[in-house]
Amino acid sequence: MAEHSSYVPGSGLTRWLDQRLPIIRLVNDSFVSFPTPRNLNFWYTFGGVLTFMLAIQIVTGIVLAMHYVPNSEMAFLSVEQRIMREVNYGWLIRYLHSNGASMFFLAVYIHMFRGLYYGSYKSPREVLWILGVFIYLLMVMTAFFGYVLPWGQMSFWGATVITSLFSALDQLVPHLGTSITTWLWGGFAVDDATLNRFFSLHYLMPFVIAGVVGLHIWALHVPGNNNPLGIDVKGPQDMVPFHPYYTVKDGFFLVLFIIVFLSFVFYAPNFFGNPDNYIQANPMVTPTDIVPEWYLLPFYAMLRSVPQKLLGVLVMGGALVSLLFLPWLDSSKVRSCRFRPLMKQLFWIFAADCVLLGFCGSQTADASWTIAGAQLPLVWIARLGTLFYFAFFWVLMPWIGKIEVTRPLPESIAQSVLGDGE
Amino acid sequence: MRKLLPLLAVVALVSASAVAQSSSEPVPPKEMKWSFDGVFGTYDRGALQRGFQIYKEVCSSCHSLNMVAFHDLAGPGGPGFTELQAKAIAAGYKIPAEPNERGEITDERGNRLTRPGVLADHFPQPFPNEQAARANNGGALPPDLSLIIKARNGGADYVYSILTGFTETPPHGFAVMSGKYYNPYFAGRNISMPPPLKRGSVSFADGTPASVSNEAKAVVTFLAWASEPQLEARHRIGFEVLAFLLLLAGLLFLAYRKVWHDKH
Amino acid sequence: MVNATNPEPTRRDFLYIATGAAVTVGAAFAAWPFIDQMNPSSAVLAMASIEVDLAAIQPGQQVIFKWRGHPLFVRRRTAKEIAAARAVPVSSLVDGLARNANLKDSAPASDENRVIKPEWLVLVGVCTHLGCIPTVSTPQSPQGSFGGWLCHCHGSEYDTAGRIRKGPAPQNLFVPPYAFTGPTKIKIG
Repeated sequence: MAEHSSYVPGSGLTRWLDQRLPIIRLVNDSFVSFPTPRNLNFWYTFGGVLTFMLAIQIVTGIVLAMHYVPNSEMAFLSVEQRIMREVNYGWLIRYLHSNGASMFFLAVYIHMFRGLYYGSYKSPREVLWILGVFIYLLMVMTAFFGYVLPWGQMSFWGATVITSLFSALDQLVPHLGTSITTWLWGGFAVDDATLNRFFSLHYLMPFVIAGVVGLHIWALHVPGNNNPLGIDVKGPQDMVPFHPYYTVKDGFFLVLFIIVFLSFVFYAPNFFGNPDNYIQANPMVTPTDIVPEWYLLPFYAMLRSVPQKLLGVLVMGGALVSLLFLPWLDSSKVRSCRFRPLMKQLFWIFAADCVLLGFCGSQTADASWTIAGAQLPLVWIARLGTLFYFAFFWVLMPWIGKIEVTRPLPESIAQSVLGDGE
Repeated sequence: MRKLLPLLAVVALVSASAVAQSSSEPVPPKEMKWSFDGVFGTYDRGALQRGFQIYKEVCSSCHSLNMVAFHDLAGPGGPGFTELQAKAIAAGYKIPAEPNERGEITDERGNRLTRPGVLADHFPQPFPNEQAARANNGGALPPDLSLIIKARNGGADYVYSILTGFTETPPHGFAVMSGKYYNPYFAGRNISMPPPLKRGSVSFADGTPASVSNEAKAVVTFLAWASEPQLEARHRIGFEVLAFLLLLAGLLFLAYRKVWHDKH
Repeated sequence: MVNATNPEPTRRDFLYIATGAAVTVGAAFAAWPFIDQMNPSSAVLAMASIEVDLAAIQPGQQVIFKWRGHPLFVRRRTAKEIAAARAVPVSSLVDGLARNANLKDSAPASDENRVIKPEWLVLVGVCTHLGCIPTVSTPQSPQGSFGGWLCHCHGSEYDTAGRIRKGPAPQNLFVPPYAFTGPTKIKIG
């Protein structure tokens, strides 16, 4: 990018700094004059939203850590009494953090489905996509560690169930899995040692995420943004500078997103929560329904749909790993679903499948539907959903790209925007 | 998640109708209107004070309220007692005393030494430990009430339904276990808690008739405050913040249109 | 944003200025909860005032309570100690001010101004030099040469009214805000 830099230092001081540390040039080239396709739509504003949410989570998290006590005797009280009742605005900061996690995942799912729809993972943006998948995996881990910290019933039993997944490895090598869970717990069950290490890791990981986000943005700025048409930019007529065009657009949609976010914080702060987490962790009593947070429900449904323990864990892991191979599984030459009639339908079926899996994950293990008098156990729905999930990545995407007749692509972005367009 | 998506709401309806209403399944709670519901909801001060009276005279003999301090009673958004009233309330409670100058915490007969409560103290527990609580309640543990409204599905409606649900007679053939009471809103419908509220259990200073439903409404309001003492501040600040953000969104939208008007 | 050749801001500029101002004001308000959360919590503030019973304290004895995280010295002075403190002319003191939160800042450091009842000396037990805790002086175990307290950190010596007499401390030991709520009961803070 440096060779295209349009930055001209305005004063002696900035010129002096520019020769030593060209940081103003970097910011200018990345977020001010950065040439951006002129046709990015609403769905492209979520990158900015996600950066904002990461910052919110880090700032509120640092503040919460000033009052939180990572000790199994005191953790619940330090959250529910000290932070929620005694600390000035502690309730606000805690609700921002807990609802912020849900909003962060809502935004990341929209961001990922947007990338899927417009083919943003395709060449030359494979590394960009893979870095994004890593960010998502780190987010899942961070959220899991964080959910344990209030030390409510769901915290405790969620931690127990998820860490116990590793015990499935006993089926490969005797005692391997059990040794790993004992090592993870620092004991023979989730306890004080577990809570302490999860707190440490929960504090560390957001900064790792921030680092990978830096790489993600770097990998975005080398090839430049994809766009809803999925065609390459042909020249300056296809572009606008990032500022003011996208700062104001991202800013506007960010404020709309914040309005949704804060509506939950102020008027339904426990909407995404589970009442059982307002009961202090009790290692002797398991709540009747163990449910993970909503953003992990599809994976939970896949895990439960497989009757064999190790296989279930592998299926769940495979669902995440499949995302990494996506750039090479899609055989189509065309990026955007706007010009791919078959893939477009498949995309919406896939999205519905994820929602369906999420629903299955939210229900009790023995739930069933009665359709026209016949009992249909949800576990079978989840099995079909899981099958489709994998078929989508490993069978349908490679195949559709070969047989699909795509619609003609427009000449250029400028022609599409300024001509009759959509 | 299922609440988010209308599609799934339909699906949920289908599945809900499929759930067999077996006789030990709890009945969904009664739907009540509460002063603290909604965007502008606040706690009814009279109900908070009456509810405190019920907690003190009825519930507190078995249920602790660990997270609530006496100074909270005089705090903003709370029951609205004056500081002097809160002090008097605190002084009426016996708090386990700190070791005396001889290092003792019990008197010659082994009774725990106590001192009158002060504003900084929290409500004392009715039993010294879980074992004592169970021993005095037929093996059942009366839960702490500090977060009870947030810790139960159905929240205030659920607790109200439990408190007023003892009058209903069990369906024909339903066996109530010995030492337990029939309550259709409770999981399993067998509850260890005896009916806590009776007509005239307390006598309200403000002249409110002490019917079971009035008593239950008052104590649920008090417990809702105990669970979420910052609710009034949250509702007020939320309104101000969202009003400001809507204004800002309007300004940004106009700026966005101005910036982009020659590029579309 | 304002065009140099056209000093009148246009409507377009006004819109940008208003938007920027709204963002700035919003950010400033949003910062407040994150600053205020570090101030003392309601639990800390509830402990800011304590009531203590002095009945068990013997003449010549000092009892230490904890108040706002600091030791609070309550000393029941003997007639001899009171007389020694009253014999000192204020003009000879290192710090001529009473340092008594119950009086005006300008009140002189006479022994009368250091107490509410002469028998009871109530002080914040923190050396005014660098915050160490002075040790009480008794006839059996004298500390320093003024019969009051000695701070072992840097050798500040206080008299029987808690006034600095020798050493690096610049001020007399502080008298906290307090009041008698009964013949032998005081409320501090």
